Amino acid sequence: MKSICFYFQVHQPYRLRNYRFFEIGRDHHYFDDYQNRYIMQRVADKCYLPMNNLLLDLIKEYGQRFKVSFSISGVALEQFRDYTPEVIDSFRRLAETGSVEFMAETYSHSLAALKSKDEFASQIEKQQSLLKELVGYESKVFRNTELIYSDEIGDMVYNLGYETMLTEGAKHILGWRSPNFMYCNAINPKMKLLLKNFRLSDDIAFRFSQQSWDGFPLTAEKYVDWLNSIASNEEVVNLFMDYETFGEHQWKETGIFDFMRALPGHVFSKSNFAFNTPSDLAAQLQPVSAIHVPHPISWADEERDLTAWLGNDLQDDAFDALYALEHMVKEINDPHLSHDWLRLQTSDHFYYMCTKWFSDGDVHKYFNPYGTPYDAYINFMNVLSDFKLRIERAQSGDQSFTKEITKPQVELKSEGNSEKQKSGISDSQEKKNAVKKSDSKNDENKRNPNVLVVRKVLTILSAEDIWVLYSGLNKAERQKIEKYIGKKKWKEMIVLKESGYKPDAEAKKAMKKKFKELMLEHA
Amino acid sequence: MRVLMFGWEFPPHITGGLGTACFGLSRSLARLGIDLLFVVPRAYGDEDQSMINLVNASDITVDLEESEYHEFWKRIQYMSVASQIIPYVGTEEYSKINFEELKDEFQNNSIFTHKYTFSGKYGNNLLYEVSRYALIASGIAASNKFDVIHAHDWLTYPAGIAAKEVSGKPLVIHVHATEFDRSGENVNKDVFDIEKRGMEAADQVITVSNLTRNIVINKYGIDPSKVTTVYNGADAFQAQEIKSIDRPFPEKVVTFLGRITFQKGPDYFVEAARKVLEKDPNVRFVMAGSGDMLPRIVKMVAKYRMGDRFHFTGFLKGDDVDKMFAYSDVYVMPSVSEPFGISPLEAMRSNVPVVISHQSGVSEILVHALKIDFWDIDAMADSIYGLLHYDGISKMFKKYGREEVDQLKWDNAAANTIDVYNKVL
Repeated sequence: MKSICFYFQVHQPYRLRNYRFFEIGRDHHYFDDYQNRYIMQRVADKCYLPMNNLLLDLIKEYGQRFKVSFSISGVALEQFRDYTPEVIDSFRRLAETGSVEFMAETYSHSLAALKSKDEFASQIEKQQSLLKELVGYESKVFRNTELIYSDEIGDMVYNLGYETMLTEGAKHILGWRSPNFMYCNAINPKMKLLLKNFRLSDDIAFRFSQQSWDGFPLTAEKYVDWLNSIASNEEVVNLFMDYETFGEHQWKETGIFDFMRALPGHVFSKSNFAFNTPSDLAAQLQPVSAIHVPHPISWADEERDLTAWLGNDLQDDAFDALYALEHMVKEINDPHLSHDWLRLQTSDHFYYMCTKWFSDGDVHKYFNPYGTPYDAYINFMNVLSDFKLRIERAQSGDQSFTKEITKPQVELKSEGNSEKQKSGISDSQEKKNAVKKSDSKNDENKRNPNVLVVRKVLTILSAEDIWVLYSGLNKAERQKIEKYIGKKKWKEMIVLKESGYKPDAEAKKAMKKKFKELMLEHA
Repeated sequence: MRVLMFGWEFPPHITGGLGTACFGLSRSLARLGIDLLFVVPRAYGDEDQSMINLVNASDITVDLEESEYHEFWKRIQYMSVASQIIPYVGTEEYSKINFEELKDEFQNNSIFTHKYTFSGKYGNNLLYEVSRYALIASGIAASNKFDVIHAHDWLTYPAGIAAKEVSGKPLVIHVHATEFDRSGENVNKDVFDIEKRGMEAADQVITVSNLTRNIVINKYGIDPSKVTTVYNGADAFQAQEIKSIDRPFPEKVVTFLGRITFQKGPDYFVEAARKVLEKDPNVRFVMAGSGDMLPRIVKMVAKYRMGDRFHFTGFLKGDDVDKMFAYSDVYVMPSVSEPFGISPLEAMRSNVPVVISHQSGVSEILVHALKIDFWDIDAMADSIYGLLHYDGISKMFKKYGREEVDQLKWDNAAANTIDVYNKVL
């Protein structure tokens, strides 16, 4: 009996807001709450919720025979908790089935493994504690950010108490060998390794809807044929991918959900494969040999190395400047500073600074808030400069560094009030915060309260809603939208526009009505 | 005396140095009793207006409350010509502008107070637009009375020449920049030819500095006896009172403010910053502006690992410029080629000591400034370090710099310009 091991990476970063030079030393709120919340809600609607439900259905249907595994970054868990708590509930239900394994990873989906063992260990601990709190799960298997792995990292992870780890079945590491076996670490043979079968994984993750691909259209039947064609002695096919593959990278319209719904049935009836989790496989399989990985590998881009995050001057300068602060952050041990420190380490910030646009640009553009890697670098460094100032102030005993903490997100009273209740913000607190917020608004808003309302309503609506609205407006009205919409949302809307999505007349009319209602509501 | 002036921009639409200079000069000329017919191209001219439009002074909203100005406006008559020539863009950039798209965006605009539109019919050929503008200019020249023609920068030289041919009146051209300043050695032949033809056809040439005068004489082969330097003034607009700002960090700030292009020498600024930071890490460098060299500059800063000491603000306007000066301890203008250079004057007016390159026109008249060659990054670093650390010199510059700038009056420039007019009459 051979195994299929499904593993899904769940992660969303805290994207930085547009942080200007003049804000350095004055404003310590770094993150784009509106954008982050909007993206979380959108991906929850398109991917996390429907796909979790689909998996639940499959587990109901096939019981313990159907299994999958996940890793969820701490920053994603935090955002689920604050923005879309129904996703947490849904993961918890999956955990309760016993058919789903959740793996350990770094809290902020960081590159800490490459820089600091201390930080790495502490982030794993933090991620585990939040996973336990929210999903009720304690992990046995480890999965590093973007499958980043080296001999040293593997050994380090073993010493932190994990005996199995996932990584990429990179060609330049494996040579003639197949990824479809259990391997082990070259320094420490007790550390077991599961390697991604990138061909069969990417058939689903990247090529599924590619019409130019000779495998198109991919059906469950065809896929099971391919599974059956692997060599008879091989033991496991590791299918590792972004969870956002389902519904986000591959839209619902491509049939990706139908494919996944049909797959287990075909596997059971037409093959001798079983579904297993990494922990099952660790118990069942013995390593066939060690693999030598002296230089770190990852699952990213054609190169399967670190160049998506590190290696160009922008990335290296930002990365070194960030980690130069590590011991100071730890020494000060202030909750606000430590929290921001975690979020700033998220690998996505460095990913946005990648200059390899031409070969892998498409993937790098995914929810990228920046127009160019230079913008990404400048913005990150502005934020980091402020962060460093706070550290310096803290060291000199000045307490003002913790005063201006994360701005409250209360003014977003959008669809569903559930978030508000769950996040536990009381009304009085909300009013206080709202007053504080309005003080800091610029003069234009003071002069014209109507502008404030337009701005507010535009932050509430999703980019998709705004596009529907916008496409039904006359030019003068459009100008107004253009003037008051947030820069990032505008960019998102343009992406939608360019995707050729044209709302019908009825949708436009309905959205106009909704807009007017929202305007009245917030006036 | 009545002057037909082909100028650029008028309030409240002034967007750059050329517009500011035209405004400052014409206002002072009027103050000294010159009557002006001031013709400007309006790329964004109102849709429903005819080809040539006489603009009523009361339409010009800026500063009109001040009764002082009313007097001068009486002497200035504005005309706007619907034309797509716009200052500050080269022929190549111009060809990339999609006027149809802009037209679409600017039409029926209910948010901006002014209506904008484009004729849109003429395609994206700047040179074509320039000659079309000249054609209209000859029409204006034929139907108006004046004694002298005065044309500012190359886009209006053909208009000046055409006006001269129609009217037989003398032509003065005013060189604010040459193609060599804009493009280095990669000179656009068409632009160069237009400039040369303008200078040759002119009865007198005014240059904004001796640096530019030498270029006109040496590179365009113009007779030195008809080229006169008239330095710009610095009082086109009422100087804002500079509010002091409590800077939220202890480090001193060294600022570059300008377009991030070859001409402005931003790369030399980065090199000098590196040298200063090696000596003293407690300094922050700021580059304010945007331009085609930005990616290269960002890469340099990252390569030198000084991203946490070297900041980028993007393009700044209005209050943010004042704020930037208020933040600054030293202002650096390392221009490779700067016909005049108004920004150090703005810095000095805000009590910020300046380091400027010898390759700028303004270095010919400033006393309270450190001057270096743009390529001499050691000297630049020394000057920055000195102004940051040696109070003696920075105090002196602050004390006298502002006074010095206040002495640079457009009234003087206008008087010198009238002297030039008198030579041709």
